[in-house]
Amino acid sequence: MKRKVIILLSLLLFLWGCADTSGHRTAVYMLLDTSGTYRLELEKAEAIVKYLLGTLNPGDSLAVARIDSGSFSEKDIIEKVTFDSRPSYANQQKRLFLTRFQEFLSSVKGSSHTDITGGILQAAEFLNETGAGRKYILIFSDLEEDLQKGQIRDIPLQLKGIRVVALNVTKLRTDNIDPRKYMGRLATWEKRVLKGGGAWKVVNDLDRLDRILSD
Amino acid sequence: MESIFRLFPGHPVVSALAALALVATVLYIVRPAAHRALRSLFLIFSRTFRFASKAAGQTEKRLAERNREVLLNLARENAEREVVREFSRIETSLRRDLHGFPLLQREMSELISQVETDYMESSVVPPPPSKWVEAIGSIAKLQSKGDTLAAHVLTEIKKLLERQHEEVMREFRSVTAKRQESLKRTIPHLRKMGEKLEEVNGILNGLYHRAQTIDGKMGEFQRVMAGTDRTVKALSASATIQFFVSLLVMLIAVGGAVINFNLIALPMSEMVGGGSYIGPFRTSHVAALVIILVESAMGIYLMESLRITRLFPIIGSLDDRIRKRMIWITFAILLILASIEASLAFMRDMIAADIEALRQSLAGVSRGTGAPFRWIPMAGQMVMGFILPFALAFVAIPLESLIHSSRTVIGGVMELALRFVSFLLRLLGKAMEYLGEFCVTAYDIFVFPYLWAEKLVREKSKEMKSKEGEKEAVQ
Repeated sequence: MKRKVIILLSLLLFLWGCADTSGHRTAVYMLLDTSGTYRLELEKAEAIVKYLLGTLNPGDSLAVARIDSGSFSEKDIIEKVTFDSRPSYANQQKRLFLTRFQEFLSSVKGSSHTDITGGILQAAEFLNETGAGRKYILIFSDLEEDLQKGQIRDIPLQLKGIRVVALNVTKLRTDNIDPRKYMGRLATWEKRVLKGGGAWKVVNDLDRLDRILSD
Repeated sequence: MESIFRLFPGHPVVSALAALALVATVLYIVRPAAHRALRSLFLIFSRTFRFASKAAGQTEKRLAERNREVLLNLARENAEREVVREFSRIETSLRRDLHGFPLLQREMSELISQVETDYMESSVVPPPPSKWVEAIGSIAKLQSKGDTLAAHVLTEIKKLLERQHEEVMREFRSVTAKRQESLKRTIPHLRKMGEKLEEVNGILNGLYHRAQTIDGKMGEFQRVMAGTDRTVKALSASATIQFFVSLLVMLIAVGGAVINFNLIALPMSEMVGGGSYIGPFRTSHVAALVIILVESAMGIYLMESLRITRLFPIIGSLDDRIRKRMIWITFAILLILASIEASLAFMRDMIAADIEALRQSLAGVSRGTGAPFRWIPMAGQMVMGFILPFALAFVAIPLESLIHSSRTVIGGVMELALRFVSFLLRLLGKAMEYLGEFCVTAYDIFVFPYLWAEKLVREKSKEMKSKEGEKEAVQ
């Protein structure tokens, strides 16, 4: 009898050991462009954050960071959270996250430059640390990079296993004159992301937010 | 292939004909060996198929015998169980009813002795008037004939007689009244006796009916033991019906289990975490499933301990004391699990409300005061959470039936499949035989000019031989 109990306990321990806590988890890092031209679009970002809060499950991670003049910094992370495994506590965390994000939106100031690459590098670092099975970088920007003088950003991106989704890529005034600029911008980022081992997607229709996290 | 048409360059038709003639010549030369080879080849196939068909047929026969044995064994066990159950019912009934028989007997004998006493009392007859009264009566009837003294004596005697008569009559009436009283007292005793006899009659009737049922069951048992084809057919049909009925009930039970699962899967994430997985499944879902399976297992143990099912004979054959202890333990575990489920159902409602509130706030919808009758679904969920584990406990009954009947049904299906395979293999064997013959004939078609020539030559030589024979005969 004792032997059977020991075997059963070993089996349970084995199963518990098999419990995979990372492979099915999702981690999302959202980059918000706060440059002068794009700051007016930030209201739309709230809807995306709300969608993410409603979609992500207990155990998943979410971080929102701004893209400013030098984005490769932890200081640019506005809010980050890994939701608790208990749904009730995770709901409380979501409420708090939303409140803090709304506070940020009400007090956000425009940045003079746009360091998207730095933001992506920071995002990749954060996502890899979470150890999540599905990793997303959401770039809420017009994808027009405007670096400070002396900043070195022509470095290859390491985005293996990361899906990069460009959201609300607005057309600039110059794009209207020459649409090739817009397409070129998208193509350049796609090329960089794919070269870094990541996957690329563009979602401009914010009425179809379900496309963001769909594979 | 093209080289065939180049045997005679510039004359493809001639080349083709020449090639055909060449092939036909070769085929004609090797014809006897080719025929033997073709026949052997198809004979191998034919015999292999026949052998396989025979093997399948034999397996089918063995399986049929085995199925029959299993079916009869199962039926015998059932019949035995039913007979034992009837005997146990009779035993219970006898123990219950005959337990009061000594008391009844005592009551009856008391009643009978009471009735006897009353009867004896009622039969006490007053003594008849003494003989002298008759003598005096005769004297009193004499004529005085004017003698005053005699008349006076006679008058006195008459008065005495009349007084005596009145006394006797009074005595008679009093005694008769007493007898009536005694007889009246026996009436309730007699009624009680009648009632008791009715009671005994009822018990005996019950026993008679039970005996009749046992007779029927014994008849059934004997038929099963005889194992006639008719009985086997009837048992097989019964098993098939039982299989489908059990399957239906099991499907209903599975539906109940799914509902149960949905009730506790969400709140389980609050206990074991909603973000961990075992393989491709959420740990909370696995935990909910395990709880449901444990409930079902406890239900099976409970039914086994109660001797309603017999999936584990070891439980049924346990000592009664241990078995009763097991009944209480399994029931207690079921009760605890049911209570846990009820609380989980309550928690589910709370979590669902919280999620709904969060979604509403994310969607920008203002939160209302809440539905006034929200407690109704919550109470419903809790009641369901409490009842479903007990309902699942009864799964053991259709499960046992399904397991037992599936042996017969699956055996029957396999028997049919083997019969079909055997038939198919035999058919293939025969087809191979004919195909071999067809190939031999088809082979001859390619060399028909040579065969035709051979036939002509043979006929010619036969003719010549016959002519020579005739000549020799003439000479």
